[in-house]
Amino acid sequence: MVDPLVIADPATEQFVFRRRVWVAAVAMGLLLLVIVGRLLKLQVVEHGHYTTLSQDNRLKVVPVPPTRGLIYTRDGFVLAENRPSFSLEVVPERAAKIDEVVGALRPIIDITPEDQARFQRVLASKRRFEGVPLRLDLDDGEVARFAVERHRFPGIDIVARLTRHYPLGPEMAHIVGYMGQIDEADLKVIDVPNYGGTSHIGKNGVERVHEKVLHGRAGYQEVEVNAEGRVQRVVKRIAPEPGRDLYLNVDAGLQRAAMEALAGYRGAVVAIDPRDLGVLALASTPSYDPNLLANSQRPRYYQELRDAPDRPLFNRALQGQYPPGSTVKPFFALAALDYGVRNPSNTAWCPGWFSLGGQKHRYRCWKKGGHGTVPLRRAVVESCDVYFYRLAQDLGIGRMHTYLGQFGFGRKTGVDLPAESTGLMPSQAWKRRARHAPWYPGETVITGIGQGYFLATPMQLATATAILANGGRVLPPSVGGHARDRGTQVAIPLRPADKVPDIGTSTEHLAEVLEAMADVVNASNGTARQVGMGSTYRIAGKTGTAQVFGIKQKQKVKNEELPEHLRDHAWFIAFAPVEAPRIALVVLVEHGGSGSGAAAPIARKLLDNYLMRKADARQLTGG
Amino acid sequence: MDGRPMDRRRGHLYRLHIDPFLLWGVLILSAIGLAVLYSATGQDLGATARQGSRMLLGMGIMLVVASLAPRYFLMWAPWLYVAGLLLLCAVAIAGTGTGAQRWLDLRVVRFQPSEMMKVFVPMMVAWYLQKRPLPPRLGDLLVGAALVIVPAALVAEQPDLGTAALIAAAGLSVVFLSGVSWRLIGVAAAGVVLSAPFFWYHLHDYQRQRLLTLVDPTGDPLGTGYHIIQSMIAVGSGGLYGKGWLNGTQSHLEFIPERSTDFIFAVLCEEFGFMGVVVVLALYVVLIARGLHIALEAQGRFARLMAGSLTLTLFIYVFVNMGMVIGQLPVVGIPLPFISYGGTSLVTLLASFGILMSFQTHRRLLSG
Repeated sequence: MVDPLVIADPATEQFVFRRRVWVAAVAMGLLLLVIVGRLLKLQVVEHGHYTTLSQDNRLKVVPVPPTRGLIYTRDGFVLAENRPSFSLEVVPERAAKIDEVVGALRPIIDITPEDQARFQRVLASKRRFEGVPLRLDLDDGEVARFAVERHRFPGIDIVARLTRHYPLGPEMAHIVGYMGQIDEADLKVIDVPNYGGTSHIGKNGVERVHEKVLHGRAGYQEVEVNAEGRVQRVVKRIAPEPGRDLYLNVDAGLQRAAMEALAGYRGAVVAIDPRDLGVLALASTPSYDPNLLANSQRPRYYQELRDAPDRPLFNRALQGQYPPGSTVKPFFALAALDYGVRNPSNTAWCPGWFSLGGQKHRYRCWKKGGHGTVPLRRAVVESCDVYFYRLAQDLGIGRMHTYLGQFGFGRKTGVDLPAESTGLMPSQAWKRRARHAPWYPGETVITGIGQGYFLATPMQLATATAILANGGRVLPPSVGGHARDRGTQVAIPLRPADKVPDIGTSTEHLAEVLEAMADVVNASNGTARQVGMGSTYRIAGKTGTAQVFGIKQKQKVKNEELPEHLRDHAWFIAFAPVEAPRIALVVLVEHGGSGSGAAAPIARKLLDNYLMRKADARQLTGG
Repeated sequence: MDGRPMDRRRGHLYRLHIDPFLLWGVLILSAIGLAVLYSATGQDLGATARQGSRMLLGMGIMLVVASLAPRYFLMWAPWLYVAGLLLLCAVAIAGTGTGAQRWLDLRVVRFQPSEMMKVFVPMMVAWYLQKRPLPPRLGDLLVGAALVIVPAALVAEQPDLGTAALIAAAGLSVVFLSGVSWRLIGVAAAGVVLSAPFFWYHLHDYQRQRLLTLVDPTGDPLGTGYHIIQSMIAVGSGGLYGKGWLNGTQSHLEFIPERSTDFIFAVLCEEFGFMGVVVVLALYVVLIARGLHIALEAQGRFARLMAGSLTLTLFIYVFVNMGMVIGQLPVVGIPLPFISYGGTSLVTLLASFGILMSFQTHRRLLSG
């Protein structure tokens, strides 16, 4: 019987095993006695006590869900509200047979076989006196028609529930997000009793990030029920605390203008107030309609969105990572000044190309004939690539990484929206870690014009531009402005006021770079001079054109001749008015061609929208 | 022992590899279970029928497993274990970030592998220990402990502490039966006590809450304390003879949480009283006694350890579930065997009875 490979004494082993089984048997017997003893105590000794408790036990605790807070823009538009949604409910014990009911209802309200199947499913789990929904989402006509005929249908009634509605729909979807059914992942993180009676929870956008503020606290009521479980009266009620209303920093007018300007493109706009880093607009196209996600008439809407080739669910402003191209030149210029690698009068010779010592590869300037002798300011204004190749070579990737890191490149900006991408600000350490390869000097050179491994999200670039415009104060951008208690109307800030760290650049260096950016728009040689034309306020900006497709050495390809998905991404960053910036802006048009051609005009339109409104115009001309 | 005469009366049950004690015990308990379930679900015939068909399926599997010779379990043990472990890993990876899936779908996926591990883990530990010298040496014990801890930790991460604890208990019962010295058991117990603060720190909030409510059940009005009080009222008001089938007010007025699954014992206590509970307990005792008998008679180390462990696991199920309902143990999601509503755990349980039957009914073939 015993495995011959093992040298052991089978008799001893058998004996040990037997003894263990007996030990276990005795232990189990004792534990069972504990159970029996406890049962005797509960069921025999204290039986009278528990019988009394059970007879008095007619009190049930029923959770009362709080009303969710509303969401507003800074200018008072409602972004999310609670609307009654009407459903037709049947109380089985008072209604006629369900088939007869459906037949009689047919001329008034259409009931599909799916509705009936769902009804039968729910019916099984309910008591005879509890309402079971037969049709959801009745429209106004159906509600009105039923109201007239209601006397014919005992036990059938229309019940209103609050559902979330987003009046501005797709325009705000990438900011506000949407709600969905509480699932298992949510259950792990929420305080479950506080969600008693609540079926939905914020799944994306502000609805998700500010869930705690919006949800409120559940209350409960103790109700007395009879032996059948029917509610007789409410004994005690602890009212729920409604969720707080949320006021966003978003400007509805600017957001609408941004969405309209981007219509037909895939792209993104992020506008930030440089003074407090409040997000004024965040547009990403294409968008989707959050109202349809919860609509029972469009059950496949989410799948349609998920499978759509241009990915409307993808928030390009926050999650899209693109090479920033020439838009980062002002930042590198400031780095060079601050590190003492350049001063404003240093020039470089641009023959139209650059090469590293001892290498044949030519890094080309966008201007084939070259810029000749260029000082720093002209290098920014005319976006000379060769100047920045040299500058990058002198700075080195280490200092580039550190300096731009201060502006938030390569990490999340910390904006209060979910699923933000980090972008990528490359470094030697990163390449060793992620690619297991050494860093090459040529990679430093192309990082200098925002190409190579360098990736940024529109949100990052907008934040960096705002930090540049506000003199170097580093704040996280914020979509939510403040919450407001519905009862007391007291405004509650969403974030504690922290000490604000500073980039620590010198005023002269900053002024040099900002003036260079102003010249991009206003000087006769600026790459975006058409943007500044006829403007009553001064704009500063920088174009950027991010290569998607590597063009081979000596090859000549016009961007317009490439298929659309290989064309360059167009960028434009801007802030205005230069003297006292009130808005910083980023426009990205995917595969839009050049920054000056596709992105810059959109930026001008949006700046005018925000700064040239009646009240603002008066202020501007007055000042 | 070898010269025992063939029992002619059990002839054809034996040919089907069925053990009559286990069969009748399971059948009677299942019948009682269906009756209680019918009441607990608010006389939902559909749910009761679903559970009945799961019982039939489980018994079919039990008979198939019983007809397999024990050497197959020995042969397959490592493979079943590895397969179960891979499934657990798959759940750990695929189970994250799928917000769009429904609770029930996820639940099915989540429970399958962890339930199966309740059998595969002790099987694997028995497989490992049976080829080492017994009582096991420290090195072997550490390997055995690792075999238990890895799947238990994976399940605990899901997080499903109840199932994880059962898996660990099933695996450790094998170690206990293998004759590990009492001194080592004492050291391990001391280690558990000392590391308790560490585990406390790692528990989820709701899990801590459950432990705390054991001390003071009058805590939060919407939470677990309320449930335990309601459950105890149901048990106590049942009295000696119960309120009668379908007459339990506590259960029918929905005072008892999870009354068709984890807390179904409260319904049983309320409607059938102390006497009814004693009958059910007696049936469990018959099953457990028979299981221990099979373990004592079993031939070969693997069969001995496995049979003993499966029996101890059954006891732990029963004890933990009842202890929870009568307010003596914390609330963990462990069903009452054959009575609670639910498919996978029932099928796993019946399969383990099949293994017991196989050990018992293949003995002659082995010794002959």
